[in-house]
Amino acid sequence: MKFVDEFREPELISKTAEEIRRLAGRERHYRMMEVCGGHTHAIYRFGLKDILPENIELIHGPGCPVCVLPMGRIDDALAIAQRPDIIFAAFGDMMRVPGTQGSPLEHKARGLDVRIVYSPSDALKLARLNPGKHVMFFAIGFETTAPSTALTMMRAKTEGIRNFSVFCNHVNIIPAIRAILDSPDMRLDAFIGPGHVSTVIGCRPYEWIAQNEHKPIVVSGFEPLDMLQSIVMLLRQLREGKARVENQYKRVVPWEGNRAALKAMAEVFQVRPYFEWRGLGFISQSALRVNERYADWDAEQLFEVPGIRVTDPKAAQCGEVLKGVLKPHQCKLFGRECTPEHPVGALMVSSEGSCAAYHNYEHRKTAMVSLASIA
Amino acid sequence: MLAESAPLRFRDPQIEMAHGAGGKASRKLVEGLFAPLLFGPARGPLGDAAQVNVDGTAVAITTDSFVVSPLRFPGGSIGELAVNGTVNDLAVSGARAEALVVTFVLEAGLSTAVLEAEVRAMAKAARVAGVRIAAGDTKVVEHGKADKMYVTTTGIGRFLPGVVLDPRSVHPGDKILLSGPIGDHGITILLARGELDLEADLRSDTRSVFPLVESLIAAAGPGIRWMRDPTRGGAATSLNELARDCALGMVLFEDRIPVRDPVRGACELLGLDPLHIANEGQFLAVVSPGHADAALSALRLAPGGHEARIIGEVREEPSGTVLVTTRYGGGRIVDMLVGDPLPRIC
Repeated sequence: MKFVDEFREPELISKTAEEIRRLAGRERHYRMMEVCGGHTHAIYRFGLKDILPENIELIHGPGCPVCVLPMGRIDDALAIAQRPDIIFAAFGDMMRVPGTQGSPLEHKARGLDVRIVYSPSDALKLARLNPGKHVMFFAIGFETTAPSTALTMMRAKTEGIRNFSVFCNHVNIIPAIRAILDSPDMRLDAFIGPGHVSTVIGCRPYEWIAQNEHKPIVVSGFEPLDMLQSIVMLLRQLREGKARVENQYKRVVPWEGNRAALKAMAEVFQVRPYFEWRGLGFISQSALRVNERYADWDAEQLFEVPGIRVTDPKAAQCGEVLKGVLKPHQCKLFGRECTPEHPVGALMVSSEGSCAAYHNYEHRKTAMVSLASIA
Repeated sequence: MLAESAPLRFRDPQIEMAHGAGGKASRKLVEGLFAPLLFGPARGPLGDAAQVNVDGTAVAITTDSFVVSPLRFPGGSIGELAVNGTVNDLAVSGARAEALVVTFVLEAGLSTAVLEAEVRAMAKAARVAGVRIAAGDTKVVEHGKADKMYVTTTGIGRFLPGVVLDPRSVHPGDKILLSGPIGDHGITILLARGELDLEADLRSDTRSVFPLVESLIAAAGPGIRWMRDPTRGGAATSLNELARDCALGMVLFEDRIPVRDPVRGACELLGLDPLHIANEGQFLAVVSPGHADAALSALRLAPGGHEARIIGEVREEPSGTVLVTTRYGGGRIVDMLVGDPLPRIC
C-alpha cells in the first residue's frame, strides 16, 4: 500500500535503529516527549520501544484530545442531549469516554439518540436528513480537526441549516506544551513534534521552544520509519548542542502551515480566556469557542449549559501521567479499578491514551524474552 | 447441578452494546452469568458448538442470532449469513451440519419482498452447504421494536471421525493456520452502512467453510487441536480465548497475516486493527508441527483455500497472550476487542 509500506520497510527500519544506537551511545539518558497521542499509539502499535536502546526514554505527552477533556464537558453535552429531539453526534473516540452518568455509548443503550460520525460534515448531513431534529456535534480535537468543524459551520450558515450546532471543545497545542515546560517536575531533553496538528499550524509556532527553552523539536510523521528518523534528527541536534525546529514530515507538513484552514478557524472561532484541561488544570488562552457571528450554531449559546465540574477520583493520577511525571502503571488505579473495559480516566479509553497502550504493554517483559528467537 | 445460589461474577449494572460485540464484555457476560446459572460449575472451555449425547451418539449442537444492519451488503445478506454462520460454528467444531431450525423475529411493516428475498437467500445457502432446514418459528413485534428482521438459526451436526478438538491439547510449537484474508466482512458492513463516505471494492467473505474444514481434517485430522471461525471480535479475540484456555502464548508474524488492500486501507484510515474485524467465511486452526505442511497444502488445494497461510505459532510465553511480531523485531500485544470497533479521529 502506497505511503504506508515504504515507511515500514524492515531493512530501513533496522538500519535507522542501528543509527540511533550509535548516536545515543551509552553515556547519557535521553528523555524525549512525543506530544501527540497519535505518536503514542504508533509507538505501541509498531513496538518501537523494543528496538530503541534503553537510554532513550519516550515520555507520552498531552496530545490526546479525548484524554485531556474534563469529565464535566461530557456531562454538560450529555445534559443538553437529554432535551427532546436532539441527536448527539460525535467521533468514535468519544463514545466510550465516561461521564459521571456513563459514556455516550451507555447513554445510547439507554435510548439517547447518539450517532458516531467520521467528520463534522457527516453530522451536518444528519441535520439535513432529520429536519425535525436538532443535531449537536460534539467537536473535539486540536488544530487538526478544528478547521473541518469551522468549514462545516460556515456551510451550515451559507445553506441556512438551523437544526445544527456545535458543542466546541477544540484546544490549542502550543499552550499545552508551554504548560508542560512550565511544570517544575518535568525534565525533558527534546520533543517529537505533532504531525497532523502541524499540517495546519506549520512549524513556526514551535520556534520559541528551540529559541527560549533550548529544546530541539522535530515535527514527525506517524509511520515507524518517520518516528525513528525523527529520533535520529533529535539525537544529532542534542549531540551537537543545538536546538532547532526541524520538519521530518515534509511530505505532509508545510513550514508555513495551511493558510486556508487557519482562515476558516479565524472566521468561526475565538480564543477562550481560559479552559480546563484534565490533569493540567486551567490553562489560559488554550482553547477555542464559537464567536458571535456563529452564535446560532453554537450549542453553548443556544442551550443552557449546566457548567458541571467534576473532580477526578482522588486516587486517579491522570494528571501526572498526562504530564509524563508518572508512567501509566505507576498510577494506583492502573489495571485494578481502571481498565480498558471499565476506564476511570480517559487515558484508558482512547487508543491514543498512554494508559490503554500501556495496559497492553505491561505484561510484555516476559514476552520479549522469546522474541529474539522468532524467525 | 446448577449453582443457583452462588454469587455471580458478572456485576455490570445493565447490558450495553459491548456485551454483544463478541469481545471481552461478551465473554464476561457468558462466563459470569450464563454459564454458571445455565451450565453449572463443571464445564470445560466454551467452544462454538456443544456436544450432547443422544442414546450414546455424540451430536454437535449450536445456535446463533443474526441482527446485521443493513440486511443486504456486497457479497451477502442476513439470510445467507444465518445459514453459513451456524454451519460454520458446527464445522469448526469438527461437525457436518445435518439440520437447521430457524426463528424469525419480524418488525411489523417489513415488506414481503424483503422477507422473501432473505428466505430465498437462506434456501440457496442451505442448498449450497448441503444442510436441511427442518423447522421454523415466526414472531412479529410492533413497528419500532426491532430493526426490520432478526434471524436465529440452531443447528445440529454429526462429528467427523478422526479429529478431537480441545484447546487444552494445544502445545508449544504448534502452528496457527488461517484459511484466508481477514476483515472482509466487517469492513464491508462498516462501509455498507454508508455513514463513513468511504467506498472500496470489497465483498463480505460469507460462505460455508465446511468443505475447507473437511479437506483439512482428511489431510491432517490427528494433528488438528483446535479450530474457530473468527466472527465478531475478529481473529484477535478467538486467539485470545485460546491463549487463555490453554495458558500458552499465540505468536503471530504480522507480515504473514493475509489482509486485502481495501481492508488494510480502511483500517489504517479508521484506526482499526484487522485482527479485530469480523469475518464470516474464514477459520483458524492450530495444527501440530508434524501435520502443518500437509494441512496447509490440503487447504490451499481445496476450492477457496488458496490464500491460506500459517500465520504464527504457539509458544510457552507470553502465556495467555496474543503477541504480533514485525519483521524488524518490534512486537505488540493484541488483546481481545473491547466493545465495538469504533473509528478514531486522527
